[in-house]
Amino acid sequence: MDAQSIPGTNKSSDVQLKKCVTIDRGADELYERWKDFSKFPLFMQHLVSVRPAGLNRTHWVAKGPNDTQVEWDAATTADTPGKVIAWKSMPGADVPNEGSVHFDPAPVHRGTRVTVTLRYAPPGGQLARWVAMFFGEEPDKQISDDLSRFKALMEAGVVPTINGQSKGNK
Amino acid sequence: MKALCWYGTRDVRVEEVPDPKILAVDDIIIKTSTTAICGSDLHLYHGTVPMMEQGDILGHEFMGTIVEKGPDVKDLKVGDRVIIPFAISCGHCFFCKREHYSCCDNTNPKSYFLKKMNGDATAGIFGYSHLMGGYAGGQAEYVRVPYANVGPARVTSELDDDDLAMLTDAFPTGYMAAENCSIQPGDTVAVWGCGPIGQFAIRSAYLLGAHEVIAIDVVPGRLKLAEQAGATIVNASNEDEIVDRLKQMTGGMGPDACIDAVGYEAESHGAVGLYDTVKQTLMMTTDSAQILRQVILSCRKAGVVSLPGVYVGMADKVPMGALMNKALTIKTGQTHIAKYMRTGLQLLKDGKIKPSEIISHRLSINDAANGYKIFDENKNEVTKIVLKC
Ligand SMILES: NC(=O)c1ccc[n+]([C@@H]2O[C@H](COP(=O)([O-])OP(=O)(O)OC[C@H]3O[C@@H](n4cnc5c(N)ncnc54)[C@H](O)[C@@H]3O)[C@@H](O)[C@H]2O)c1
Ligand SMILES: [Zn+2]
Ligand SMILES: [Zn+2]
Repeated sequence: MDAQSIPGTNKSSDVQLKKCVTIDRGADELYERWKDFSKFPLFMQHLVSVRPAGLNRTHWVAKGPNDTQVEWDAATTADTPGKVIAWKSMPGADVPNEGSVHFDPAPVHRGTRVTVTLRYAPPGGQLARWVAMFFGEEPDKQISDDLSRFKALMEAGVVPTINGQSKGNK
Repeated sequence: MKALCWYGTRDVRVEEVPDPKILAVDDIIIKTSTTAICGSDLHLYHGTVPMMEQGDILGHEFMGTIVEKGPDVKDLKVGDRVIIPFAISCGHCFFCKREHYSCCDNTNPKSYFLKKMNGDATAGIFGYSHLMGGYAGGQAEYVRVPYANVGPARVTSELDDDDLAMLTDAFPTGYMAAENCSIQPGDTVAVWGCGPIGQFAIRSAYLLGAHEVIAIDVVPGRLKLAEQAGATIVNASNEDEIVDRLKQMTGGMGPDACIDAVGYEAESHGAVGLYDTVKQTLMMTTDSAQILRQVILSCRKAGVVSLPGVYVGMADKVPMGALMNKALTIKTGQTHIAKYMRTGLQLLKDGKIKPSEIISHRLSINDAANGYKIFDENKNEVTKIVLKC
């Protein structure tokens, strides 16, 4: 992805994350699921909601520190069925950000290689705070876990969980 | 309900905890009838497995009756008697489709840590640390079993709990270890460790056509049980030169296949063994490679080294030169249990195996903590403990 595409930023302080996972499903099915932005919170833990806001526009709400929330509008910048979806925050977002997901066929009978790229351009001096806000303390872990959950959902129909199970507490 | 909870090194307690709940659409809850303590649980008991949390419910060998099921559970019904594979598999990923069930991509909710540690994450395992997903285990009166359409197998009432409980881990693990040896007529298979896994590896090696099985341990009571299965026994505590001894017993060639059913916490013997203990104590290495060294040096050229014994981290002084130049094959892994549990069930139905024969103690779940203590301290008399709920 090209840094110039984030309005007003092209700095070394940008945070860029890229991960690839092979999912045993066809590119078209994965594309359809990903195109439904409203389902992102199912596997992206830092998101509260994403809803449509007009043609090629979405409104995002993410968890912030201390129970706060951050909101911004994004535009869909690329959309080729079965191949790619990309989005970018509109001017005025607190944290300019953009993302894309590419779907490429894997070798025979292996499904699709899904590559996600995210870039955040936190305002000067605030890097650590914003990164922590979007990704917890470990951005790499967050995106890895998000993709693992998406893969599990698409392949097995459920996201693995132990939340709410029994435990001793003496 | 009552459950055996982990609190630290050699500190496990039976406690009253909340009953489990259905957490996903394909979960079942079972009321446990029989559960067992595994040699793998001793690694947790010794505090040598990372990412344990206080209060974690242990246990991965268990069976019982379904009391509740999620809306997406297809064939199984409330009231069914089921046995549960110790590793959790999704049934749909690349690995499950190829029956490499313990390598499942989708059942470990904490996969990131293994990805960092091992390059890849493997399947979730009941009661076996948060590295393996943090699932609450089976040494409890009730257990939540996820992905119930894949692993659990329904069993009929004429089969005995004690035989069936051995099919949830111990028997299939010994069986897969022996199958991995690709046994040919005339083959000698050597098995290090005569705990439950070794015992079943010995019996399976004969089932699969081994000419001779040599069993190695340091505990006379367990060697005796191996001898009853037809094995030639070697007491490793009397043998400084285990490798020479095995060469002598095999016409100078070495065993065609060598099974390490001891793992990374081997009792240490000799100078290099002492080196492992010192390094493990100083936390400079995590795993003792003592048995690894013995199997690699003993195995005949172009033979198979089969490792059911558990390793968790880094091992030091592994004879790579011998492994490479002798053209050995290594086969290992957590057991692909969703497959091999069914192999075991068929063998049991056909009357070919009697897995309960290795059980030495039957205790109540209330005495589970004491069970850990005696299994750890008195290997001579205690070979396998089952707990009744
Ligand atoms: N691969 C799997 O899926 C899987 C499943 C279950 C168990 N395991 C592992 O298999 C191993 C054995 O399990 P178990 O239930 O039989 O455990 P166990 O602790 O009952 O048996 C281990 C045996 O090794 C013997 N031993 C120790 N040091 C030795 C030495 N230096 N030389 C020869 N023998 C020695 C002990 O006396 C004991 O009899 C463990 O590491 C366990 O974690 C692996
Ligand atoms: Zn086990
Ligand atoms: Zn799977």
